[in-house]
Amino acid sequence: MSTAVAGMSRNYWPFILPALIAVLGVIVFPWIFTLYMSVHDWNVSGTVTFVGFENYQKLFTDQRFYEAVGHTLYFTVLAVVFPVGLGLAAALTFHREFKGRGFLRGIFIMPMMATPVAVALVWTMMFHPQLGVLNYLLSLVGLPPASWVYNASTVIPTLVIVEIWHWTPLVMLIVLGGLANLPSEPYEAAEIDGATAFQKFRHITFPLILPNLMIALILRTIDALKAFDTIYVISQGGPGTASETMNIFLYLQAFAFFKLGYASAVVVIFFTVVILLSLLLLHVRQKTKWNV
Amino acid sequence: MSDRIIRPSRRHVLGGAGLVTLGAPALVRNAFAQSSFNWKRFAGETINVLDVKSSRSDLTFAKHKEFEELTGIKVSAEAIPEQQQRQKTLIEFTSGKPSFDIVVLALHVQKRIAAKGKWLTDLRPMIADGTLTSPDFDFKDFNAAGLTFSTQSDGTLDTLPKFVDYWILYYNKELFAQKGVEYPKTMDDILAAARKLNDPAKGIAGFVSRGLKNANVPVWTTWMLGQGMDTVDKNGNLMTNTPEAVWGAELYKRLNTEVAPPGTIGFNWNECQTSFATGRAAMWLDGIGFAAPLEDPTKSRVAGKVGYGIVPAGPKAYHSPTFADGYGIAQGSARKGAAWLYLQWATNKANQLNMLKNGAGSPARNSPLSDIDTIKTSKFGKEWFDTVLGSAAIGRPGLPVIIPVTEFRDIFGVALTNMIGGADPKTELAKATEAFKPVLEQSEKG
Repeated sequence: MSTAVAGMSRNYWPFILPALIAVLGVIVFPWIFTLYMSVHDWNVSGTVTFVGFENYQKLFTDQRFYEAVGHTLYFTVLAVVFPVGLGLAAALTFHREFKGRGFLRGIFIMPMMATPVAVALVWTMMFHPQLGVLNYLLSLVGLPPASWVYNASTVIPTLVIVEIWHWTPLVMLIVLGGLANLPSEPYEAAEIDGATAFQKFRHITFPLILPNLMIALILRTIDALKAFDTIYVISQGGPGTASETMNIFLYLQAFAFFKLGYASAVVVIFFTVVILLSLLLLHVRQKTKWNV
Repeated sequence: MSDRIIRPSRRHVLGGAGLVTLGAPALVRNAFAQSSFNWKRFAGETINVLDVKSSRSDLTFAKHKEFEELTGIKVSAEAIPEQQQRQKTLIEFTSGKPSFDIVVLALHVQKRIAAKGKWLTDLRPMIADGTLTSPDFDFKDFNAAGLTFSTQSDGTLDTLPKFVDYWILYYNKELFAQKGVEYPKTMDDILAAARKLNDPAKGIAGFVSRGLKNANVPVWTTWMLGQGMDTVDKNGNLMTNTPEAVWGAELYKRLNTEVAPPGTIGFNWNECQTSFATGRAAMWLDGIGFAAPLEDPTKSRVAGKVGYGIVPAGPKAYHSPTFADGYGIAQGSARKGAAWLYLQWATNKANQLNMLKNGAGSPARNSPLSDIDTIKTSKFGKEWFDTVLGSAAIGRPGLPVIIPVTEFRDIFGVALTNMIGGADPKTELAKATEAFKPVLEQSEKG
């Protein structure tokens, strides 16, 4: 029996090998190399010297790194909570039958199709404090002009507005997929029992679409954590360092200052955080699966 | 006769075509007034050029055929966006085997690293060699500001300036006339004039300049130059927390908080341009290259009303902050002779004039700026040409000649934005100087 299994394993190798080579080449090797770089003083224009954990020690005493971590978490929480909440509301709205639903749903998902850099450039013009359309709209309703991305305290919430506009449709599509697959029997039973609309949502719809919401949550969290293009184009991490997230910090270290060893240490820390967070979310998703 | 023109015979067509074919190379040759100089001595070679994607490289690349016909040298050229080009240049030179023979460097950023890494060939022996340098090259025609950038501290000339960007003061003549304000003579006068011109009720700011981190540093160094001081002295000492530096930072803070449009803390040149071009700012300090869009009535509401002025004098000195790009020949190139011919051709008077006529920037040569026909036909007006020539005469680098220029701009850029947010200039500069000092020291060790 064991000989037969061993023979089968040998037969499967040719099928596994291409995928294995690809994984080793594009995932495992870059990872090991990043770890190797992170323990070296690796400046593009200078020599490469082994420094042990010096880059990590430096990182943990770098005030700007801590600020970047804080900005990343602040941005991520806002850029996940709002699109997920609004996406859920939009999905529930568009799940109902009403006139022009298809057309409006089409309009609603359009932002998602736009290129992030193009989106960021358009929003940059809209945020202009003197000539931007947003301050003009505020003036029409008698409100004073806002500073938008040109103020350290409002820059991250303003960047989140762009994220909400851009990615709420994606959450809506994921949740709509879940709503389309809901069985009708629990609703019929609830109707007979005299449940209110809110009770039906709270006790039937929400638990049943929770797995879809968790998918949306995982995707949004990963997307928000790795957000770069929008922030870089609109604020470049400014004013000052007010919107400098870990990605912007990392980009500056690697591609503006060419400190590849130090930047690699940031990557290792960042990757560890993302992996831990993803595992946690996947674990929660397993818990929310339907017990059929 | 007229019948011949309307319905030419085959003999005439063939004859005309023959004349054109025979005459074209002669015209090209005559254009270079080359006397006995042999442009063909490296015919058959292929040179590789790495340039920055811009209207200047577009103009040069469009004329490569002319160079190839003149010399018989084939040009393989690539132009990529600025940031990527700088990364590519650094990586390729560090590898020891760059794929290009000729490279365009941003000298205000890459001058020191090019010298330390011994990236480029000293051009002086080639200029002195009459068999390699065309008699009409006219090295003396290059202006002092450009050559200052191209010359390293040991006297090596490792680049040939291609274009020099002078920072100037744009002003709205109409707004100045309405308020009866004269063009400021000193840096202190700028603030005084801006206060008179500032009218928040009408949405007009007295002055606008860059506030965005990194981009804002040349604004502060402009004021520092008015104190006759560079940010790093010739011995490599940081001068960034001296009383002169603090004076410059205080002026920067006042201009950005008292008389600037709302939100300048996040303004780069494009936001400043928008404010000025829509008549929402009375003065704008920035590079010389914005005359073309400002004088274009389809893009600007102030076309025909723009005044151009040399940066006013500071308390102790009178300088125009300059920035420059230049061509260099890779030290490891096996085709240095052919590359040198390319440099001569790319920076010749005709090509520099072509750059000026197309509004692609201010040339590194003086002669195009004195070309009477160009001045007469230009929509920029004589004031613009006078400003360029005047700035060239008092030009001084607007950024320090060090390796970590980007980190310098980042650290001091953050300090400057903090000042706009209300922080004390002296404290911010002291903090930034302390943070940057080890970076500078480390850069010279590596």
